[in-house]
Amino acid sequence: MTARDPSGQDSLLLDSQLAPPMANGEVLFDAPWQGRVFGMARVLAEAGYFTWDEFRAHLIREIGVWDRSASDTEYHYYDHFLAALQALIEEKQLLNPALLEDRVRTFADRPHGHDH
Amino acid sequence: MSEHSPQEIRAEALESLLVERGFLTGEDVDESIEVYSERVGPMNGARVVAKAWVDPDFRVRLLADATSAIEPFEFQGGEVQKLVVVENTPAVHNVVVCTLCSCYPWALLGLPPTWYKDPAYRSRIVREPRRVLVEFGLSVPDGKEVRVWDSSAEVRYLVLPERPAGTDDLDEAALAALVSREAMIGVAVL
Repeated sequence: MTARDPSGQDSLLLDSQLAPPMANGEVLFDAPWQGRVFGMARVLAEAGYFTWDEFRAHLIREIGVWDRSASDTEYHYYDHFLAALQALIEEKQLLNPALLEDRVRTFADRPHGHDH
Repeated sequence: MSEHSPQEIRAEALESLLVERGFLTGEDVDESIEVYSERVGPMNGARVVAKAWVDPDFRVRLLADATSAIEPFEFQGGEVQKLVVVENTPAVHNVVVCTLCSCYPWALLGLPPTWYKDPAYRSRIVREPRRVLVEFGLSVPDGKEVRVWDSSAEVRYLVLPERPAGTDDLDEAALAALVSREAMIGVAVL
C-alpha cells in the first residue's frame, strides 16, 4: 500500500511487494472479502447484468477521486473496487440501496465473535 | 475471527442480498475466484513467449495480431480481446502500466500484483520510467529507448522479452519456465 508523503512524492516500496516471479496460486487478495467482491463483480458481468467496461468506468471514477484528493490516507485498491461495484449495482437498480444499508447494519450489530 | 472490517461486513451484506435476489450463488463466486487464482496466471503468458522464441511464424503472427495468435491456446480469464504484444529488442525496452486503474491481460498473466495497482507505480512509471525500473533492479542502458504502454479500456499489452543468451539447447517447456511475470510486464529482463 502506498501513502502519499507531504512533499507530494509517492513513496515506492516495490522491492518488498515483488512476488516470486513464477508464483502461481500466490495470495491474490489481502483478505477473503476482496476475493468475494472480485468474484461477485465477475459473475454479475458474465451473467450480463453489466459489462466489464461499465464496471471499469466506475472503478476508474472511484480511483480517480483518491488520486486527485490531497488525502494522505492509505490507498487500498479493493476499497475502491467495492465502492465501484456498489455504485454500479445501484445504477443498474439490482438492489435497493436502503436495503443494503439495513443489511450492513444488521451484520455490523451481530454479537462479537460471530463466525460462520 | 472476531473483528470484521467495515469493508468485510459490507461485502458480506452485498453478497447475501445478491444471493437472496437470485443474481448469483455463493458457488458462482467460489468458482470465479478459483479460475483467477488457479487456472490463469503468468504460466500462460510464459507459454506464449516461449512459443514465440522457438517458432518464427508464430512470433510474426503474435506481433501482428496477438488476440488471434493466442486463440488456439484457449486460455480462460479474458481481458485479451484486444491484445498487443510489444517486443523487446537490443534497441528498445518496453514496460506496461494502467495509469487509470488496473487493466491487465488476465488470461495471460492472471490478476495483477499489488504494486501494479498502486498509485505510485501508475503515476511514476510514466513520469520517470528509468528511475522506477532501477527500483525494480533493472538499469536500462542510456542508449536504449524505454517505451511505456498505457493500457486503456480496450488494449492490453504483453511484453515479449528478449530470449536469454545460452538457451539454444532448451526446448519450449524449459524456456517457458524461465519467463517471469515481471519480464512480461517489462519491469525485469531475463
